[in-house]
Amino acid sequence: MADLFEDYRLGPGWDEMFAAAGMPRETYETLHATLQPLSSADLGVRADVLARAFLDQGITFALKGIERPFPLDIVPRIIAAGEWAVVEAGVAQRIRALEAFLADVYGAGEVLAAGVVPRSVVVTSAHFHREAAGIVPHNGVRVHVAGVDLVRDEAGTFRVLEDNVRVPSGVSYVMENRRAMSHVLPEVFASTRIRPVESYPSQLLRALRAAAPGGATGEPTVVVLTPGVHNSAYFEHALLAREMGVELVEGRDLICAGNRVAMRTTAGEQRVDVIYRRIDDEFLDPVQFRTDSILGVAGLLNAARAGQVTIANAVGNGVADDKLLYTYVPDLIRFYLGEDPVLPNVETYRLADRDVLAHVLDRLDTLVVKPVDGSGGAGIVIGSQATDAELAEVRARLTRDPRGWIAQREVKLSMVPTLIGNRLRPRHVDLRPFAVNDGTQISVLPGGLTRVALPEGALVVNSSQGGGSKDTWVLAAPLGPAEPVPVRRPAPQADPAPRPDPGPGVTSAQEQQQQQQGGASC
Amino acid sequence: MLSRIAESLYWIGRYVERAEDTARILDVHLHQMLADPWVAEDAACRALLSVMGTPSDDVTPLSAARVVTLLGLDIANPSSVVGALAAARENARGARETVSSEMWECLNATWLGLPDAQARVEQQGVHAFFGWVRERCAVLAGLADATMSRDEGWHFLVLGRSVERVDMSARLLSTHARAGGSIPSWLTLLRSCGAWETFLRTYRGSLDDRHAAEFLLLDRLFPRSVFAALSIAESCLSELAPGPGRAGVATDAQRILGRSRTNLEFRGADELLDDLAGVLDGLERTCSQVNEAVSRRYFRQTSAVTWVSEAVA
Repeated sequence: MADLFEDYRLGPGWDEMFAAAGMPRETYETLHATLQPLSSADLGVRADVLARAFLDQGITFALKGIERPFPLDIVPRIIAAGEWAVVEAGVAQRIRALEAFLADVYGAGEVLAAGVVPRSVVVTSAHFHREAAGIVPHNGVRVHVAGVDLVRDEAGTFRVLEDNVRVPSGVSYVMENRRAMSHVLPEVFASTRIRPVESYPSQLLRALRAAAPGGATGEPTVVVLTPGVHNSAYFEHALLAREMGVELVEGRDLICAGNRVAMRTTAGEQRVDVIYRRIDDEFLDPVQFRTDSILGVAGLLNAARAGQVTIANAVGNGVADDKLLYTYVPDLIRFYLGEDPVLPNVETYRLADRDVLAHVLDRLDTLVVKPVDGSGGAGIVIGSQATDAELAEVRARLTRDPRGWIAQREVKLSMVPTLIGNRLRPRHVDLRPFAVNDGTQISVLPGGLTRVALPEGALVVNSSQGGGSKDTWVLAAPLGPAEPVPVRRPAPQADPAPRPDPGPGVTSAQEQQQQQQGGASC
Repeated sequence: MLSRIAESLYWIGRYVERAEDTARILDVHLHQMLADPWVAEDAACRALLSVMGTPSDDVTPLSAARVVTLLGLDIANPSSVVGALAAARENARGARETVSSEMWECLNATWLGLPDAQARVEQQGVHAFFGWVRERCAVLAGLADATMSRDEGWHFLVLGRSVERVDMSARLLSTHARAGGSIPSWLTLLRSCGAWETFLRTYRGSLDDRHAAEFLLLDRLFPRSVFAALSIAESCLSELAPGPGRAGVATDAQRILGRSRTNLEFRGADELLDDLAGVLDGLERTCSQVNEAVSRRYFRQTSAVTWVSEAVA
């Protein structure tokens, strides 16, 4: 029988399933035991079912204007309870520090005065918007939703690759992946205790409601603002709106007059209190930003400043996920929280210093170079995989604009078996956990989006670069003595329900009719 | 409910009904063209195209195959079967958080099946293709019925469906009127509406023009008759409109529809038959006026805001 794991070779990164060839780690034992006896044909059929279900449900992202299904690999990625506890604490700590930083740079600026972050780094950031200064959110939250990109290095340690505190996307795939996987791999679900992810929309809604302006009376009205059906993440916008039970609006559905925002409904205008926007700052308000934007609402920012509406995530958050600022985040954690960072950064070079720049330029072919404000994997150059011509171009760009770039050590991302053709092969993955801040608590969704680079050896996992995804399972901690098994009330004894009513009897008539027919044919 | 979403639902109703009715009309007419050796194919095709509002200026004689291409498979034309289904899906995509996920999945799966339409026509014949379209539309109608609350959204969906039904029925009857009353026969028309069996049962097998016209225009019980569709549209509008005041009705659309309905209801079948062309023209006009009135009242407030930069002080 063809073995799915035939010729599986451990790659250069940390292999999450195998400690040594053929020896699965404890976390993956059940999954490995389930996959092992399956033939590649069995798994192939299930993978086809999975792909078809995604296509029919329209679980797609648009790449260059064409809708395509987001490829979901059939082998899940598993994270043990202990490992997750570290991720959870680390992510929450980072968000707390970034919240404090944002409140500070759009307010008193203590961190600049103390010299922890040079003022030049902040004011030269493309996403530092003076327009946002002085807008004080009602419950102090600017980062309502965050996605922190993590990788596991060669030793299996989780490290932060970048922060996303503007409009992180991908959480819909976390929910849909789980739903689809439970249909095609039910046997593994039965034998593994996986922490559920479906509570995300209600968590998000709670956080958004909590952020409503103080003056709002009664139940605050929350809307999701989308650029429209042609946006690459439109599927996600619709899913979140549907699961939260709120309206999905486009800019043209909203009007802003007298610093109040309302949506146009069939019954006239209805007041809006909280806008969960999935539009970039630049397009949000033609009065303050791009005057040619037809996606946003004129006057929105002033309404927010007047405390009549809450924009989530807040305008100007981009200064906190600038990749040069990223190098200062460990210092911010120490400065604001007085704690040591739980999750380390990846070693990064700041190119503003001439000596560092020279050092980096000498060894470009071993480093990874990234633009500071890029997203979706755009503009990343991996030195070891680049041609000489590409390296020469990068060298020129770095020299011209050292503020626009950072250089990092090339981390061999950890690897998970992935169905390629009809065999499992190790492929590099990253992890984006999602955190929701409701002002009192930062909850990290147990799971997150695991993206996988499908071409062999590829290190860029972004969906816009042809990556796929994996369902991410966070195992429930074994119940300790302090945590008793939840008591379920036994079902009350009841008489069985009566049978469903039968229709009029058919048997006797049938027999007679058949006899009649039998007689005729003789 | 957002105006934009209401408009999308209204148009989903219209497009799906259009796809279904066009498929029904084409199916029966093409069948008849093939079955009747004396029919002038070119003239019949031209008549059909012009009634469906897709006149062709081809100088070459038209064939049944060309009609299938124009009215069945042209994805760029929202009046063709395939085009209407694609347009319905596009509308549902913009209203995905409101349309139930089962309805969306049905429309999306149908849309994904459209590229195979051409192949299906070639391999299995047009009848199989039109059968598939009818089936998909029925599944959608069933899902809508089973999964949608009877709220505003539902009323807009059913309103769209009913208005389109009136329009398509009027066009269908026009094919009869324009051909001088002989071709296609009433039998064909009844078949197109799926009304053949129920008609036979109602009139005990008597097939004369008067009864057929009466049935398709005025029957209170058959859901595809013009009268039934008008009444349903009217009741949707009255659900949507603010409560009735003391005098008359509140909205233009109600007024137009009501006038059109009474015009049918209180004229006998003979009278209608005498002036069939006029009646049908009136019905088609009613549909576009209602469409206009509904858009103005419920959707039109949503026009894209254009921001004029000079206006910034």
